[in-house]
Amino acid sequence: MRRLVSDTLVVAERNLVRLPRAPDLLLAFTVQPVMFLLLFVYVFGGAISTPGYDYVDFLIPGIIVQNIAFGGFVTALGLNEDLHKGLIDRFRSLPMARPAVLAGRTLSDVVTNSLSIVVLLVTGLIIGFSFDASPPEILGGVVLLLLFGYAFSWVFALLGLLVSSPEAASSLGFIAVFPLTFVSSAFVPIDSMPAALQAFAQVNPFTVTVDAMRALWVGAPAGDNVWGAFAWALAILAVFAPLAVARYRRAAGG
Amino acid sequence: MSPPAISMAGVVKSFGDVRALDGVDLETPPGSVLGLLGPNGAGKTTAVRLLTTLLVPDAGTIRVAGLDVVREAADVRRRIGLAGQYAAIDDNLTGLENLTMVGRLYGEARRTARRRGLELLERFGLDDASRRPARTYSGGMRRRLDLAAALVARPPVLFLDEPTTGLDPRSRLDLWQMIEGLVVDGTTVLLTTQYMDEADRLADSIAVIDRGRVIADGTPDALKDRVGGERLEVRLADGAAAPRALEALAPLSDEPPTLEDGAVKLSVRGRSGTIVDAVRRLDEAGVGVDDVGLRRPTLDEVFLSLTGHATRRDDQERDR
Ligand SMILES: Nc1ncnc2c1ncn2[C@@H]1O[C@H](COP(=O)(O)OP(=O)(O)O)[C@@H](O)[C@H]1O
Ligand SMILES: [Mg+2]
Repeated sequence: MRRLVSDTLVVAERNLVRLPRAPDLLLAFTVQPVMFLLLFVYVFGGAISTPGYDYVDFLIPGIIVQNIAFGGFVTALGLNEDLHKGLIDRFRSLPMARPAVLAGRTLSDVVTNSLSIVVLLVTGLIIGFSFDASPPEILGGVVLLLLFGYAFSWVFALLGLLVSSPEAASSLGFIAVFPLTFVSSAFVPIDSMPAALQAFAQVNPFTVTVDAMRALWVGAPAGDNVWGAFAWALAILAVFAPLAVARYRRAAGG
Repeated sequence: MSPPAISMAGVVKSFGDVRALDGVDLETPPGSVLGLLGPNGAGKTTAVRLLTTLLVPDAGTIRVAGLDVVREAADVRRRIGLAGQYAAIDDNLTGLENLTMVGRLYGEARRTARRRGLELLERFGLDDASRRPARTYSGGMRRRLDLAAALVARPPVLFLDEPTTGLDPRSRLDLWQMIEGLVVDGTTVLLTTQYMDEADRLADSIAVIDRGRVIADGTPDALKDRVGGERLEVRLADGAAAPRALEALAPLSDEPPTLEDGAVKLSVRGRSGTIVDAVRRLDEAGVGVDDVGLRRPTLDEVFLSLTGHATRRDDQERDR
């Protein structure tokens, strides 16, 4: 167990020290989400009606959840690259804790996700977002976001180990995550959608999580969504983390 | 008699329909260098990956440093170093950071790992580049860093998969010298190669592998003798002197010299001093010489004479 913790930290450190050296990657965590936020607020904001809320108050929880879900992309790309470069072979030949490479990867995503949350929140506050929440609720929202992002990092970890190239990881990831985020309550109220999409959107974990965030941050009626969202995140984690670790153990044809 | 440092007995490994290893037996004593020689697709990388616990065999037993690689995998990993076919380094980290990371993953404290990293970088001539991202390294530097990473924990058994493939001649020589330095330290090395001259220079014994089977093994000299040893080639200044040259060189070989495309060729066994001897004899016979050289048998020639078929490079390009 001590080895697992220390090896995980070594791997996470390895992933993070590169950040300041790869400005393109840093842009992906900062400028890109801000650009999306501004586009949505100023381009679609006027056309989308969100009864009871300013669009920016409606959007911030949604767009942060979407961003967090994509944060794990770095894990898919990074693991796939490590696989092809033989780094995974080296790691697997070392006497390190078996899950540490994946645990370290996903842990470094938590750091970059935190960075994204801060950047989006600050931008949001500048363009008019305001909390309608107590400090514990705000904090609860941050914890939920990080947990949700962490769960998705494991989904991406599995993806990165399964696909044949980083390009394949990108397109498969987009195909899987894009519809999930758009057919949800993240950007528009779901009662504006056609019936079939509404049915899907209602059970979509993104809707549950976004609604939970709205309950925590802007005072939307919570229903069961807050607990439901935590349950979803934990369930995704419980399914995908063991799958990814099992795949890692036999990476590259065992 | 100490137990072998590396042994494989009846090892089989298939990928779907492909039998990558088809009943391999190998053994090498501690402190020796075993060369695994074979063309692309022969099964060399599969053997290395089995020996380093990355794959599990379908059948047979594999022991490294006296331990079973399947049942005692975790203990094996503490005693081996691996430099795979492609340099496994993180391009975004500096040379020093790469080695420090590996040291820490072997369980060392950061400071110890760093100190060891600096020591290795100096030994491998990378100290000037130690603080540059590995992205900026040349192919030869990457290989050296990769080899250094494999040595971080001073492993008693080291696996090198095609350590010089893709390097220019100069970097190749550098790397050979570094590998020879390891052997002086008493490390057991298994290295794979597609080049006869590399196996000849570095290995104490060679196993020739083809389509997942060991088709010949022995010392480099024994192997070369089986395929007719080395060949002496003499290019004459004047073709008319050929009969005198043939006569003068005949005592150097068991087989009569031949004349091909204006060059006299003969296979020779006792290696040292052969060229000097040949030149002196030709000089005494008054034969002018343009060029003279010793040519080692290539992998292709070894193959042709051992198997009767050429190496199958073309249908074996897929390597991973
Ligand atoms: N992971 C794998 N999946 C399928 N086939 C493989 C895999 N690894 C190796 N092979 C096949 O096994 C054979 C031996 O490959 P390999 O051990 O890489 O040879 P070498 O290293 O000597 O070039 C080849 O035919 C190769 O295509
Ligand atoms: Mg190979």
